[in-house]
Amino acid sequence: MPLYTLNINNNSFEVEVNKGTSLLWVLREHLGLTGTKYSCGIAQCGSCTIHIDQKPMRACILTVENFAMGQKILTIEGLSEKGEHPVQKAWIKTQAPQCGYCQSGQIMQAVALLKEKPKPSREEIKSYMNGILCRCGTYMRILEAIEIASEENSAIN
Amino acid sequence: MMRDTNINKSRREFLKSSTGVALFIGMSGLLPSIVSCRDSKKIEKTLEKHNITAWVRITEDGDITIYNPAAEMGQGSMTSLPIIFAEEMDAEWSKVKVEFSPQEVEIYGSEGWTPGSKLMFTVGSRITKSNFPLMRQSGAQARHILMYSAAKHWDVPLEELTTDKSVITHPKTKRSIPYGALIPFLKTPKHLPKYSLNELKKTEDFRLIGKEIPRVDIPDKVNGSAKFAGDLRMPDMLYGVLERGNLHGAKPSLENEQEILSIHGVISLLPFNYAIGVIANSLEVALDAKSKLKIKWSETDATNFNSQEIYNSYENIAKDASTGKIIREKGNVNIEQNTNFKTFVSDFKNDYVYHAQMEPLNIVVQVIPNQQRAEVWVGSQQGVDPKLGIPDLLGYPPENINIHLQYLGGGFGRRSMNDFVHEGVLMAKEVGPKPLKLLWTREDDIGYGAFRPLSLQRLKAVTGINGAILSLSHCIIGDGGNLVASGTRNDHYDIPNELVEWRETKHGIRLKHWRAVGHGPNKFAIECMLDEIAADQRIDPISLRKNLMQNSPRALATMKKVEEMSNWTETSSMDRAKGVGFVEHGSLGSGVCEISVNKATGEIKVHHFWVALDAGIIIQPDNVKAQIEGGIIMGMSSVLKEQITIEDGRVVQSNFHDYNLLRIQDIPETIETFLIPSNENPEGVGETATPMVACCIANAFLRLTGKHLRHLPFTPERVLDALNT
Ligand code: FES
Ligand code: FES
Repeated sequence: MPLYTLNINNNSFEVEVNKGTSLLWVLREHLGLTGTKYSCGIAQCGSCTIHIDQKPMRACILTVENFAMGQKILTIEGLSEKGEHPVQKAWIKTQAPQCGYCQSGQIMQAVALLKEKPKPSREEIKSYMNGILCRCGTYMRILEAIEIASEENSAIN
Repeated sequence: MMRDTNINKSRREFLKSSTGVALFIGMSGLLPSIVSCRDSKKIEKTLEKHNITAWVRITEDGDITIYNPAAEMGQGSMTSLPIIFAEEMDAEWSKVKVEFSPQEVEIYGSEGWTPGSKLMFTVGSRITKSNFPLMRQSGAQARHILMYSAAKHWDVPLEELTTDKSVITHPKTKRSIPYGALIPFLKTPKHLPKYSLNELKKTEDFRLIGKEIPRVDIPDKVNGSAKFAGDLRMPDMLYGVLERGNLHGAKPSLENEQEILSIHGVISLLPFNYAIGVIANSLEVALDAKSKLKIKWSETDATNFNSQEIYNSYENIAKDASTGKIIREKGNVNIEQNTNFKTFVSDFKNDYVYHAQMEPLNIVVQVIPNQQRAEVWVGSQQGVDPKLGIPDLLGYPPENINIHLQYLGGGFGRRSMNDFVHEGVLMAKEVGPKPLKLLWTREDDIGYGAFRPLSLQRLKAVTGINGAILSLSHCIIGDGGNLVASGTRNDHYDIPNELVEWRETKHGIRLKHWRAVGHGPNKFAIECMLDEIAADQRIDPISLRKNLMQNSPRALATMKKVEEMSNWTETSSMDRAKGVGFVEHGSLGSGVCEISVNKATGEIKVHHFWVALDAGIIIQPDNVKAQIEGGIIMGMSSVLKEQITIEDGRVVQSNFHDYNLLRIQDIPETIETFLIPSNENPEGVGETATPMVACCIANAFLRLTGKHLRHLPFTPERVLDALNT
């Protein structure tokens, strides 16, 4: 089995898996970074959203060999030390999660949005977040949390 | 594992202390009376095994750990039940941590379902209601032990002591001591008081119940550290997957066993009578092997069944003069007809829907045959058997089955079914003592799902001379007994004559409780029938309901409140309309939504939702609002988008590309919830909002267009069809 070196959360990880293995299984089952979730496996739900070189991507449809060339992989575990990223704080403030299963993906997508566009309109938020499903129906609070984080963002900048 | 840090920390503190076992409230001899268990030996054994007490543990630093007996699937019990306990214990909330209790029903069961019974079962939105008395009682008893110990320590009468935020005070001598500092002096009273209701805190004295307290599980759910069963990894762990096909109950015959076994990393194949299981040393190998299985499936009872063509036969069943199984009868619906009477008859239909909990089913199991023991890590809604049927399955003694409850990535009724639990156990047994993680893919979760049944409701109402509703007959056609026949009670409407009957069909499709169960289809039918009558009589739908609710003041208050919140009497703009619905599911809820319809595409847009709710005493107001918001969103999703169809017995949909859920672009601008103040016992809130949605949308559509939507879901095609009739 080939050996791959991955740059995840600013650390170097080595993993020996078959070519073609999805990055999601590598993160979760081989490296124990289980904050990134599996829900559909076909890029329809966004539960597995991570950042590759700052862009939000669905780990379930990425294969390991294409991301072992030094790309910077960021997962929820690497977002902040103790959950103190402004987006995470806004998530706590609005008490957004219910079951919580979709929330890593929601947060990673929201962080990418605010990087790209620090002051998004409500419609821009909805359109950017539309790929991430939440069965518990926490969308109202997700929207509110992103607006709060965006305001704090601009207060900081 | 997530909670280990807490446990280890407490264990360290345990060892640090010189007083050993007395560290923990209610240790040893005290316990049986605390937990009123019939078998005290059993409790002691349990405690030895878990090294904890029944409900609470405190350290000398004043850290308090309270045990939550319920599953946590997003509904917030992990916080609300400990709040109730801490309220009566008078604990300092900032020092409280929460852990799942062991799944030991004798100790942690509550009797909310049947008096005298003990159950740990997170279903039917009953957790708060059924645990409220238990948590209060045990919280008050924990406080009593501390006060008893302080009284002995200071040699003063217990009656002279007061408590506040984890501190006991003796006002006469101006002495006080924090709970934690009492640990070296803990004494065990011979008997524990059983508090009557008026000896417990008065509602006006609550300082935790009803306050905005953040949920304890949320921080871990935003930093990715919250553990769901599928997140666990163990040394030597193997992976199991199954191919079950999408024709429910079909028997497999595998045609390429040797080919599969020769795949590098495949350990073994395990045939089930409805599936072929693959065990491998990695998940990717297991899934790869699964995709290569060549299976021939038998035919089943479902073969030839086409769900979308079945309604004609349902209409014929409804027409039949005989009566089905009587669910409920009040008065006599066969009233003598008078020429001034008017009869309304309508059929309401609903297609299959799927749970779509975001976390597909999974479990981690370790079976240790030479010890006749199994360790099980699972996100389960628990069950009538707290050991989830595993002792029978393995033939092992129940006390050797340890269920380690994990967070649930959504339940909605799906996780109170043990099919996936038993699969995991049988596969783990095959490779025991190695642990095994079983995963259902999304395709498995849909294709072999257990759905809310398809059904038809034929409603017949008769109104009298003054327009009053004299009778309502409600005939249900569908498979699944209570799954289709529940949610038909109209206790809050004064309708003198009622008949509810169920006519059974069978299609061989797997069925299960789906959030709110029969309330979804049945409230839809009842509430739409009321608006059909109101429209015919040209009276306001809320006025009609208020008249019917004259003898149900609590329900009436919710209806009046929602009328006010939604500015009901103010007419909407030309292209919009409001619709109303009422649902009782433990709590009482009246809802109004405002919609518009795109007449070219058939798409319905929901702009606003207002809900007035009476849920008795509210433990966590913001969390109740979150449940209503989530319930409305899930309701909108099911009403506007979701549909499972069956062709020749096979489930057509396979993943989220063809089973559509509501996305963030479709949410309303606002969902506003008002909680009616009340001192009545708490009632469940998880399933009141979801069934409201179909009623409100269809009734708004009727007021907007004069047309009826009577078949769920309201897909754009169905909306266009309705507009063109
Ligand atoms: S699991 Fe990757 S998008 Fe759904
Ligand atoms: S919080 Fe449960 S799926 Fe989003």
